Amino acid sequence: MRTPVYYKAKKITINVLVHLLLLSVTVTCLFPLLWMVSSSLKTQDTIFKDLSLLPHHPHWQNYILAWKEGGFGGNFLNSILYTTAVVFGIIIIASLAAYAFSRFKFPGRNILFIMFMAAMMIPIPGSFVALYVLLNKLHLRNTPVGYILCMINVGLSTSIFLLKTFFDKMPKELEDAARIDGCSKLGIWWHVALPLAKPVLAVVVVFNALSVWNEYILALIIFDDRKFMPLQVALQTFQGEFVTNYPLLMAGLTITALPIIIVYLLMQKYIVKGVTQGAVVG
Amino acid sequence: MKLKSTTENYMFVLPAVLIFSIFYIIPFINVFYLSFTDWDGISRLKPFIGLANFKEAIFTDQSWWQSIGNAGYVTLIALTFQNILAFLLAWACDREIRLKNFYRVVFFIPPVLSEIVVGMAWRFIINDVDGANIINRSLIGMGLPQLAHNWLSDPKTALTTVAIVHCWKGFGWGFLIFLAGLQTIPRELYEAARVDGANAWRQFKEITVPLMIPVMVLVAILTILGTMQVFVLIIGLVGGEFAGHTSMPVLRILAAMRGSSRFGYACALGINFGAILMAISFVQYRISRKSRS
Repeated sequence: MRTPVYYKAKKITINVLVHLLLLSVTVTCLFPLLWMVSSSLKTQDTIFKDLSLLPHHPHWQNYILAWKEGGFGGNFLNSILYTTAVVFGIIIIASLAAYAFSRFKFPGRNILFIMFMAAMMIPIPGSFVALYVLLNKLHLRNTPVGYILCMINVGLSTSIFLLKTFFDKMPKELEDAARIDGCSKLGIWWHVALPLAKPVLAVVVVFNALSVWNEYILALIIFDDRKFMPLQVALQTFQGEFVTNYPLLMAGLTITALPIIIVYLLMQKYIVKGVTQGAVVG
Repeated sequence: MKLKSTTENYMFVLPAVLIFSIFYIIPFINVFYLSFTDWDGISRLKPFIGLANFKEAIFTDQSWWQSIGNAGYVTLIALTFQNILAFLLAWACDREIRLKNFYRVVFFIPPVLSEIVVGMAWRFIINDVDGANIINRSLIGMGLPQLAHNWLSDPKTALTTVAIVHCWKGFGWGFLIFLAGLQTIPRELYEAARVDGANAWRQFKEITVPLMIPVMVLVAILTILGTMQVFVLIIGLVGGEFAGHTSMPVLRILAAMRGSSRFGYACALGINFGAILMAISFVQYRISRKSRS
């Protein structure tokens, strides 16, 4: 006869085991990042000897060195500029198109929409070769404008999809009322539809911001000048050919990762929503 | 009036269509055109060579197939190890346990980081050449010096190490999608099963798994498409292709373009690889259709 104590003990044991699993994965997730931050506070001499997670004499100067002498400050501003410009561009361009696809009837509407959706499904792994050629021809290679336009295009299809799905479900009454009041189509889009679409706009903003901030390959092939490079590509300048200045590299990695982690922690509600919604796309 | 309205409608989609045509459609067509040429990226002439690039890629370029094999190997590890782990963790978090939200937040930190940052941070932890291999030091500390090892500079372990780091970065995606899927399963089903005397294992086997199959197929598709195209992580982690041991299809395309200035060949590789990816997702799509019905 199994007593209630047996069941209680069994339940507790299972709970402990589950937490052990979850906690060990948590430690595995966090340790590399903590080690990165900790190493960024050591010096080239102590980094291989001092194995403490909390260095006794944190060497904060590494951040100033990386920022100023490593020229990382400029690259940080580049990343901020590219991310802001691309996200802003996508919000305007994608929401205009998605609104039209959802609300208006015009010849070619379905074909155009299918075209955008097909781009989401068809992988072209070599497209950066052709983009390089194209930007060269347009004299936009090694320019911020060229990079921003390319990245707007990268985020366009998915953003149009998310926004159109949202507009399709959104009740039309408010827009109808605005039309009767004599509001233009553009006015309705700006004053009525966009404010109502805030929840999905947040998802679009967060996802595109992450993808632009973390983008690597296009920035690598488009920019020759260090002064235009975003953080991800500029990081390589710390990895010397012969000797790598590890504390500086780790400081650079921390500077690159920190904004993303902060944005993630603040906006994680929308990220979870985006992942699960994005999963429905597939 | 009608005409004016139609023009107005087109103005809404014009910016999107314009950017899309210039930066997607033109390059897309150009990839196909260039793949039939022997262009070096600079010359004015783009010598037409027919299908020679494709023939070379498919029949003679062993490094190309090696890179696809490498990607397949990493994908296999991601499909099994990473996804089983993700499922287990999601299942654990679907129960009534404490700190559920904390775990969920932490597990999705690696996926939001860039592949370069993840690669470089891990390289510092596991590469002995660079001197601060904390993993090896802990192995020695635990009295297992024979296991200490140049993980990334030994051809035998380099690719597996890459795969493990890739799983570290990627399991959070599967975890979130699995968790969302598990939460859609009505609790009443479990309660009814419990009343009927089904234990936890039978509930798992006969309720959770069958209802989750569509989600599993979806995660599998995303894992395959994502992992086959992995390469930035390797640039951060290994620095390059390591004489083919860690080469990946996209790295080969990049090398053909930047290393040997063979733009035409790079495009042919891209098309070849794109076709492989399309074939995989098509097969998976058929399977998922079948599993749903």
